[in-house]
Amino acid sequence: MAWFSRLSAPSDHQLGRLLNIGTPYLWLGIFFLLPFVIVFQISLAETALAQPPYTRLWEWTEQGVLHIRLNLENFALVFGDELYLAAFLNSLWVALVCSLMCLLIGYPMAYAIATAPERARVPLLMLIILPFWTSFLIRVYAWIGILKPNGLLNNFLISTGLIDSPLTILHTQTAVYIGVVYSYLPFMILPLYANLTRLDMGLLEAAADLGCRPFKAFLKVTLPLSLPGIVAGSMLVFIPVVGEFVIPDLLGGPSSLMVGKMLWTEFFGNKDWPLASAVAISLLALLVVPFVLMQRLQRRMEDAGA
Amino acid sequence: MRQGRWKLYSFLGLGLAFLYVPVLLLVVYSFNESRLVTVWSGFSTKWYGELLQNRQLLDAAWLSVRIAATNATFAMVLGTLAANALVRHGHFRGRGTFELLLTAPLVMPEVIIGLSLLLLFVAMDHAVGWPNGRGFTTITIAHITFSMAYVAVVVRSRLSQMDRSLEEAAMDLGARPLKVYLAITLPLIAPALLSGWLLAFTLSLDDLVIASFVSGPGSTTLPMVVYSSVRMGVSPQINALASIIVLIVSAAVLIAGLSMRQRPTTSGN
Repeated sequence: MAWFSRLSAPSDHQLGRLLNIGTPYLWLGIFFLLPFVIVFQISLAETALAQPPYTRLWEWTEQGVLHIRLNLENFALVFGDELYLAAFLNSLWVALVCSLMCLLIGYPMAYAIATAPERARVPLLMLIILPFWTSFLIRVYAWIGILKPNGLLNNFLISTGLIDSPLTILHTQTAVYIGVVYSYLPFMILPLYANLTRLDMGLLEAAADLGCRPFKAFLKVTLPLSLPGIVAGSMLVFIPVVGEFVIPDLLGGPSSLMVGKMLWTEFFGNKDWPLASAVAISLLALLVVPFVLMQRLQRRMEDAGA
Repeated sequence: MRQGRWKLYSFLGLGLAFLYVPVLLLVVYSFNESRLVTVWSGFSTKWYGELLQNRQLLDAAWLSVRIAATNATFAMVLGTLAANALVRHGHFRGRGTFELLLTAPLVMPEVIIGLSLLLLFVAMDHAVGWPNGRGFTTITIAHITFSMAYVAVVVRSRLSQMDRSLEEAAMDLGARPLKVYLAITLPLIAPALLSGWLLAFTLSLDDLVIASFVSGPGSTTLPMVVYSSVRMGVSPQINALASIIVLIVSAAVLIAGLSMRQRPTTSGN
């Protein structure tokens, strides 16, 4: 009777399907896609002493003429100003350096977990995930107490006699590197682990049987096969770090300018909404390429997995 | 080969130490008597006592918990619907865009999400008079928007690993699709729903940047209070608060982890 019950409820099924797909789609359309259109629009406005503090882009005059005023000055400022250029370049640099450092630290860790005895894997993985759930703000805050001039690290180094006067680490670029690598390391390890556990260990045995030394087998077999995991992990670190605010704000100093902090300052400090919007649009444009790369890769991995 | 493994495990140990030592130090120094957080002067629980006297902080914590719970519930429903649409409804029109919209919140810098949602709320207020100011509602909506993407990831992996024979059996016995979903599918993916709910809850409880953009006067969340206090420097009260949060989150992760440990192929009970 199966065919009968399925046949009898096509309209129900269609409605359910529509609601199932439509509800989350509509939500994301209104609260995730639409906002970007508005940001783009406001990035072309001018600041005004009004509520909200920007000018309207278009106006109907009494003669029925539509006036459109587009202000490109915000973008001219973002692309022409040396401070902004420095902030963009430094953000990209920090994201690049930190992705590489996360990879160098995260790869051996992910490899160790993926090749550990089966019953140890889940607890080890839990240990990697746990800090990701713990408050980000608090984990960054923990480093202030460690890195500041009279902080735990300096106290420790001085008491062991390794140094005489405290090192200045807090409010430098070094502190930003430490904070970012610390906060984003789990994002690198998880996709790498997922990729490495799916690896066919028979291939390594075959390489060993054919007389390949372990390190060479790693370079020739494991590393190329784990490339999707490497790219996925690097993108999960790189993309959000370019726009990071909390870490450069709490751990960084005047020498570690980053775009996320500039945007925050334009918005909250200078109340310049159009300029903040132009910064957001520029940042978004910068991140489109790595994002599309990540998306493609993810789809390819799903196709391979299915 | 043996020696290689030994080196690998030591590296793993060092990496885990790097992840855990800062948080452990934070907890240890929350019991420090001295106001100078980094100089140990004796054991004391007085900062916990002072924490409980801090009206502003407690109000903010209560607001954050309410937002987090509301957010988690909505995000769980929307995230599950989204995961279900992707796993069960094959190639519908606009699937590519849908997947894009569902992945982007996972990596999108928070300053962009925060600013863009604020500008949306302002424009909506102007156009239709809703949400009429900013506060609980706007923060919750903002949190749902990025939390549902995380829930979808968790539920999606569970759904795609699920054994469908039970559902097919029920269908063959004449149960309607909705009934099959409620009676069979939902109990089977319940552990993923619980994990998703807890994840959404902690993400919301943790968010500083997005909430700062979309909150209004009189709606200060816990991270916002922590942030303004941290900007003044380290304070033992914040250490005490951090320790409590670490404790709660560890318990939540443990529950989520244990509930996910059931094999995906076994039944829910």
